[in-house]
Amino acid sequence: MVENTFNKIASLEDALSHINNETTLMFGGFGGIGSPPSLIEGILEKEVCNLTLIGNDTGFPNIGIGRLVSHHRARKVIASHIGSNPVAGQLMTEGKLEVEFVPQGTLSERIRAGGVGLGGILVDVGMDNEIVSQSKQRIVIDDKEFLVEKPLTADVSIVFAKKSDPFGNLVYDKSARNMNPLVAMAGKFTIAEVEEIVPLGELGPEEIITPGVYIDMIVKSNGVNWKWVWE
Amino acid sequence: MGMGMNIRDRIAMRAAKEIKNGMIVNLGIGIPSLVPNFLEPDVHVMIQAENGVLGIGASPRKGEEDENLCNAAGYPVSIVQGASYFDSSIAFGMIRRGYIDITILGSLQVSEKGDLANWIVPGKRVPGMGGAMELAQKAKKVIVLMNHVNKSGESKIVKECSIPLTSKNCVHLIITDMAVIEVTENGLLLKEIMEPYTVEDVISKTSANLLLADYIIKIPN
Repeated sequence: MVENTFNKIASLEDALSHINNETTLMFGGFGGIGSPPSLIEGILEKEVCNLTLIGNDTGFPNIGIGRLVSHHRARKVIASHIGSNPVAGQLMTEGKLEVEFVPQGTLSERIRAGGVGLGGILVDVGMDNEIVSQSKQRIVIDDKEFLVEKPLTADVSIVFAKKSDPFGNLVYDKSARNMNPLVAMAGKFTIAEVEEIVPLGELGPEEIITPGVYIDMIVKSNGVNWKWVWE
Repeated sequence: MGMGMNIRDRIAMRAAKEIKNGMIVNLGIGIPSLVPNFLEPDVHVMIQAENGVLGIGASPRKGEEDENLCNAAGYPVSIVQGASYFDSSIAFGMIRRGYIDITILGSLQVSEKGDLANWIVPGKRVPGMGGAMELAQKAKKVIVLMNHVNKSGESKIVKECSIPLTSKNCVHLIITDMAVIEVTENGLLLKEIMEPYTVEDVISKTSANLLLADYIIKIPN
C-alpha cells in the first residue's frame, strides 16, 4: 500500500466532484492516445454537460475525449483538428458546437504559456490565414511581424500518465506523453489519472517529466476501455 | 495502371528518392506514410511525428502493437535506435525552428505559385489544420503527394486555389499518379511523367500552366 503522504491520492468519485456543468476542461491526449479513460468514462456517467473542451483534437467518436463530443456534452471546443471525429464536424455544421481552430504548435504553446504564467506568445504561423489571424493583435519585434496569441488555462485539467508517486510526480509512456505535460501545468486544478501509483522515492528525479507541484489529485486508472482505431 | 506496381506505391517510391542520408523527415497520413518502405538501405533518416517522437521505425507486426506508441494518425509504429520522445511543444519547436528537412503531405489543391490548400472544404469537410500550417510554413522542403485529379475528374493543380489556404507559396515539389512537377519562380515545371501517361495527357489534366523541362524523364510502369 502506497502511503497517501500529501493527501492527493483520491477516488474517481472525488475527482469527478470537480468537473461539473459549464466547466472549462483541458485534456491531454492525441487521437485518444494519452487521454485519461476512467475520468472520461466518469464524466459521461455523471452526465455533465455544456463543457468547454481544450485539447489537441476531438479524438474519434468512441475513443478518447471524442466520446464526450459524440454524447453532446461539449458546448465549445478549442482544438487543432476534428477530422477524425465526424460527429464533431456534424455538430459544428448544425451550429450545436462552437469550434475554435488553432494550429497545433500554437495550441501547445498557448497551453504551455498558460501553464508557466506567461501573458502571451508571439507566433508567425498562419499570419496570412484569415481564420487563424482574424482579430488578433500584431506586433513587430526587430522588423519582424508576429501574431500575439493568448495563453490558455482551464478550470480543470485531466491528464494520463504511466506512473505517479504520492506527490504527483509523473512519468509518461512513449508517445502518450504528447500534450499531457503542458495540460498538467495549465489547469487551475489538475487531476492525473495514472496506470500505477508507486511509493515516494521510487521515481528517479532525473526521469520525472511533470513535477508533482502541478498535480492536485491522483486517481488510479481502470485502464483503457475503448478499441484503438487500428484494432 | 496496367500490370505494374500499384499507383500509391509508385508515388511513394518516387518521393523516397528525395530523401537523403541524415535528413529529418515528417510524413503526413496516407501515401506519405508508405515512403519509408522505399528508402535505400544506406539512407539513414530520423522520421519525426508531431505527436512527440523523433526516430519512427517500421510498422509493428500484428499482435506486437503498443497502444502508447503511435504516429500522428493514431496508427502503431516502432522506433529506431537513437529515437526520443518529447511533448507537443518540443515537437513543434523543432518544426518552427526549421529542423525538418522534408515534409511530405497530402493535399486537396496546389496552385501554380505553390500555395497549399489541405485543411478545409467549406460546407463539406472541416478537419482542421492540425500541424499542417507549421509544417508547410517551416519545413525546408515541402513535397505534396496526391492524385492529379479529384473524384470529379477536375485538376487538383490549379491557377488559384478555390478553397482556403493552409499556407501560401510553400510547396516545392508535386508528385502525382501522372507526373512530377517542380514549383519554380517562373511557374510549374513538368520534369517527369509516370508511364503510360504522356506529356499531352498531363497537360490536358492540369488546369494550371505547365512549363516543360528540356528533358522529361519517363518513369516506367
